Amino acid sequence: MMAGFLLRRLINYVVLIAVATSLAYLLAAGTLDPRSNYQERNPRPPESVVDARLDDLNLNDKSPLFTRYLTWAAGVVRGDFGETVTGDSVNDDLRRRAGVTLRLMLTGLAVGSVTGVLVGACAAVRQYGVLDRVTTGLSFAVLAIPTVVLANMLVIGATWFNDLVGAKVLLVSGEVTPGLTGGWLARLLDRAQHLVLPTISLSLALAAVYSRYQRNLMLDVLGADFVRTAMAKGLRRRTALVKHALRTAVIPAVTYFAFTFGTLLVGTTFTEKIFGWHGLGEQLIDSIFTNDVNTVAAISCVAAFAVLVAALAADALHAALDPRVRAG
Amino acid sequence: MTLSREELARVSAGAGRLAVPSRGRLVAGRFLRSGQGRSGAALLALVFLLAFAGPLAGRWSHTDKDFLAFLQPPSALHWFGTLQTGADVYAVTLRGLQRSLVVGLLAAVLSTVLAALVGAFAGYFLGWTERTLMWVTDLLLVLPAFLILAVMSPLFSSGQWPLFVAMLALFLWMVTSKIVRGMTISLREREFVQAARFMGVPPVTIIFRHILPNLSSLLVVDATLNVSAAILTETSLSYFGFGIQPPDVSLGTLIADGTRTATYAPWTFWFAAGLLIVTVLAVNLIGDSLRDALDPERPG
Repeated sequence: MMAGFLLRRLINYVVLIAVATSLAYLLAAGTLDPRSNYQERNPRPPESVVDARLDDLNLNDKSPLFTRYLTWAAGVVRGDFGETVTGDSVNDDLRRRAGVTLRLMLTGLAVGSVTGVLVGACAAVRQYGVLDRVTTGLSFAVLAIPTVVLANMLVIGATWFNDLVGAKVLLVSGEVTPGLTGGWLARLLDRAQHLVLPTISLSLALAAVYSRYQRNLMLDVLGADFVRTAMAKGLRRRTALVKHALRTAVIPAVTYFAFTFGTLLVGTTFTEKIFGWHGLGEQLIDSIFTNDVNTVAAISCVAAFAVLVAALAADALHAALDPRVRAG
Repeated sequence: MTLSREELARVSAGAGRLAVPSRGRLVAGRFLRSGQGRSGAALLALVFLLAFAGPLAGRWSHTDKDFLAFLQPPSALHWFGTLQTGADVYAVTLRGLQRSLVVGLLAAVLSTVLAALVGAFAGYFLGWTERTLMWVTDLLLVLPAFLILAVMSPLFSSGQWPLFVAMLALFLWMVTSKIVRGMTISLREREFVQAARFMGVPPVTIIFRHILPNLSSLLVVDATLNVSAAILTETSLSYFGFGIQPPDVSLGTLIADGTRTATYAPWTFWFAAGLLIVTVLAVNLIGDSLRDALDPERPG
């Protein structure tokens, strides 16, 4: 029964990913124009040469869209997403970039969610206190700032700060300084200097959302009987709050994670592009400018996969935290 | 015995006078009593006034170029300064604000209507209707919206912004429609819906007359919060050159141009960015207080 349910769900997920990726491919192949990449070259290559090159890459708009789709789909079934407009393997390119995106996203997610949950919980414990009022106001302000504006504000702020101190403390471009010499300590410091601002840009909005949500959940739980019982049986206030109230209140926040994941992906895209990290998000934007149909389709596939994995992970975490789900 | 028409009119008029304050008035009262709601509404009114009446006060239009003033700081002649092209920042910023507001409002209303219809039909008819509609919803949730909209951007050029609004709305409605579906499933078992069904009222009429009015609070709040979501998506797309296309301007394109000169000409960036932040803040404040005011469990 359970296995059948899981299997049906898994099949549904695979079908969803396949349809989403196919739609993205057809849309990209229909609107993007790889031929225009060659028309701006000087001297302009003869048409037969361009046709031959585009045929090699399965990007020729003279062959019917459906034929191109079948060729592409046959490759994808074998696990090959085709070639980029410059003839490199899309798989290799994305594999290299996935690590960058994963590092940025996991750091942002961890910092953002932990800060948000802690701030929200503390604000709820002293409702209408100073912290509660300040964080409520701040989260409203943060949620009104789009990521593209926030990232640029951070870059402007960092330039100003570096001028003020007279040293390059905060670095705003890339993940590491190319050609850096020195021991592992210097390299670690360099990475940290590059990481600070993108992490803030990514996690601030996340922290604001989570703190609002967690505050409301915590307020519902604080008045509950089981928290009073925990204190009545002699637990210290802190232990009762952390072990009984917070743990219960965190469960819905975990489920909420699946909803915020899409926003997180978009936020990562903007952050990577503005801070010059060579990850998937940057490639997403660049691939549209370079009419790179195969890369667009492959990134859609990765994004669809990631959204479904996030939904599954939220379910699994929910089960791990809530004994009722585990038993049922 | 039948009442004459005049008597009927008198009775219903009297009932109206004696009735408790209407729900609309109750909600409006609650909304206006909260400081948050008041400041949000005032801010948004100011933003609208600035966007639509402001250009009349300025002496430059958004297409004018002042070839005697490139990248000049704010002055009496150019209230917000000028860009590198000599365009008046005040004029282009207000033009962009207009565009962003119109796009945001239309997309929000459209997506809420879509969410209400899809959710209510899925929840009321169940069976294959539900499975098909919810599958489409899941599919759109899985598709990366930003990427799809960006790929479609060549179609939005040359004054095709209504198409852009429609596409924007197409990627905003999914989560709400799932909530609407859940609420419809519980509503359809209620007595007043069953009574209507047994009287032979057609299903579509039931949905429009009984189901959707009962979800109006949720939908109003959703439409409000969608305005800010739509504005944020629009400006982000335009920032990267995928949304509103030149020669038209949006706050997103202005912010993108402004970042290049922001460090030595701050006026090119901060006016557009500031107005965008104020607009989104105002809409969020209104949405949040509306949610509180429409909460049926709240006293007063």
